[in-house]
Amino acid sequence: MSDQSLSSPAEVQDALRSVDYLSDDRISQVVYLAERLSKPVLVEGPAGVGKTELAKSLAKVHGRRLIRLQCYEGLDESKALYEWNYKKQLLRIQADQGTDWVDLESDIFSEEFLLTRPLLEAIRSADPVVLLIDEVDRVEIETEALLLEVLSEFQVSIPELGTVAATTQPLVVLTSNNTRELSEALKRRCLFLHIGYPDPDRERQIILARVDGIDEQLADQVSRIVRSVRSHELKKPPSVSETIDWARTLLTLGVTEIEPQTVAETLHVLLKYQSDIDRVAAEFADS
Amino acid sequence: MLVDLLGGFIQELRAAGIPVSMVETIDAMEALRHTDISDRQAFKSTLGATLVKNARHHAAFEMAFDVYFALERPAPESRSADDPSEPYDLDGLLAELEEALADLDMARIRALARNAVEALAGMESGRPVGGTYYLYRTLRQLDVDGLLERLMGRASAAGSVSMLEERLTREELEGRIRILRDEIETEIRSRLVADRGREAVAKTLRRPLIEETDLMHATRSDLEALDELIKPLTRKMATRLARRRRNKRGRLDFRKTMRRSLSTGGVPVEPQFKSVHPSRPEVFLLCDTSGSMATFARFTLQFTYAMASQFSKLRSFAFIDALDEVTAFFEPGVDFAAALRRIATEASVVYLDGHSDYGRSLEQFWTAYGGFLTPRSIVIVTGDARTNYRDPRPEVLREIAEAARAVYWLNPEPYAYWDTGDSVIGRYRPHCTEVREVRNLRQLEDFIESVVVPTHGAKVRALS
Repeated sequence: MSDQSLSSPAEVQDALRSVDYLSDDRISQVVYLAERLSKPVLVEGPAGVGKTELAKSLAKVHGRRLIRLQCYEGLDESKALYEWNYKKQLLRIQADQGTDWVDLESDIFSEEFLLTRPLLEAIRSADPVVLLIDEVDRVEIETEALLLEVLSEFQVSIPELGTVAATTQPLVVLTSNNTRELSEALKRRCLFLHIGYPDPDRERQIILARVDGIDEQLADQVSRIVRSVRSHELKKPPSVSETIDWARTLLTLGVTEIEPQTVAETLHVLLKYQSDIDRVAAEFADS
Repeated sequence: MLVDLLGGFIQELRAAGIPVSMVETIDAMEALRHTDISDRQAFKSTLGATLVKNARHHAAFEMAFDVYFALERPAPESRSADDPSEPYDLDGLLAELEEALADLDMARIRALARNAVEALAGMESGRPVGGTYYLYRTLRQLDVDGLLERLMGRASAAGSVSMLEERLTREELEGRIRILRDEIETEIRSRLVADRGREAVAKTLRRPLIEETDLMHATRSDLEALDELIKPLTRKMATRLARRRRNKRGRLDFRKTMRRSLSTGGVPVEPQFKSVHPSRPEVFLLCDTSGSMATFARFTLQFTYAMASQFSKLRSFAFIDALDEVTAFFEPGVDFAAALRRIATEASVVYLDGHSDYGRSLEQFWTAYGGFLTPRSIVIVTGDARTNYRDPRPEVLREIAEAARAVYWLNPEPYAYWDTGDSVIGRYRPHCTEVREVRNLRQLEDFIESVVVPTHGAKVRALS
């Protein structure tokens, strides 16, 4: 697939579908706007509903490289933006004893001695890329500020070198599991997209697209049961990825029609807490 | 025209408490240029993506959208209530509705919802109501329970189905009834707008955002909604309490530095530091669970429950006029509702009459558990400090404060009421590291955001 701009939300939806990502109207609308307005998208929602997958699929759609910055507590400038390769700088200084300091200084602070990290890499890339900033809610609020310049101006300022601006427009996707409130400054720069659990119809299509060899009827039953499971008050409702795992399990076990008994026996694939499993198992045993 | 309407809409979002900045307004305008605004859903998605950046503000956004971009509807005529309108073919409507719901034909459901509201809601012009009354009136006459049963009958007529299948079908149909209900609600709002204008309707419908709901008077469903929001807060609390220094590096590790310097020819290029182990705080939570605090107590216990999963060393206590440890009820994996029930029945928190007695409870805590307090302990008390004119015994709190690293007091009463009547918060205040008014989730968030645990040396001393 080539890098082309998509001219309507419907086209975005079709393009995503062609790489097996089933979006809904809202998702495709927001993605379309993001491309049009060159704005980052902040995708929020429970774990396992396809937030990261959206970025990957967009990279596939456009045939772009995906650059990923995985966030974690303690992430800093030198891991996210750039770092001077000072060992190399030191060797350079030692190798060149006697050179005029002014020459040397401008030399050791050149791009040759720069270690690029994901954000700078995305900015400097000659071909347009998709930049995925994953689980941005994991960094401390102070670290968020690092991202701001990249997100709004698509540039990185390096004191010794000046400003590196993007030559091509990267498509930026940020994901958050909402474990904390992100700063207003960050949110202001992004379009906001909340992805929740899909409705049974969309989930059925997702199962059909992602699980090879599953038939329509089983996919339908799986999606409806999962919806029913989610309607209970659970510690951790099953995500789409768990639904897919469950569908695969059933397929491997050779199940063609799901009985309450089967549900009870395979529930541990869908749910991750014993108290959740007990609760749902009890519910389904009655029916 | 659209610009004016958007301006009003954004005003309404702000009035509802959603922060919408100037930049976002401009973004929304820009985004609309790329949006097919004849498509209502696309229009709504665009506004949602550019203006509302928090999922929990979505309900308020929906409401404002319904009002500001209401469908064109005639205003209800003013008619007196006892004027019987011409007989309406209710059965015909019901039959059609049943069919539309069975096929999930959205366009038809919408049209029928419109008919139903027109015929059944009996809307009167000029009444300053929010529409809930009309909604229930319409739903009652549509007999939604009966509708559900007929739909079920229709589904099972296709052949014998298993119990599981029946259950799934029922849940699905209930979902469709909810769709109908939402359509009717939207329709009613449109008519209210036609009658009274956007601003007036928006004002009647406005609800405080969940984070601003007063915890003393929260409803059950509010508390359930809060559940979701508490979890991330406790995580933050855990990291805030564990962090003592901004500087994560410890002392210079000379040995490591020398070793490292070998690779650079003996020049110590990279100084190495010892890593600091973040201290694990021990938290003691004391919750007033008396009658006057019932709603707030449920919230604090909710909070405690969530905290218990974050701290390995958390001990929680409930008190009214006696204090009892409830840590065991919040073991990992225990259901919150079950824990609440057990506390209500098994914990002995009442000594005399079930009216709060802070002095006695603190005293009891100090004698029974004071020995466990160390300079690493953090004590958090939640309650209104209304001790029913009993002896508050602030000197006991002072002893607790001296033994522990910090004492925080979270008071759910408005600041203006502190120290009025039987409130003795002022007597406890000198012994606390900090006393906070926490009446809603936002204030709790602020507290957690700003809480600074005093370090070893600089322990805050009582000011008295």
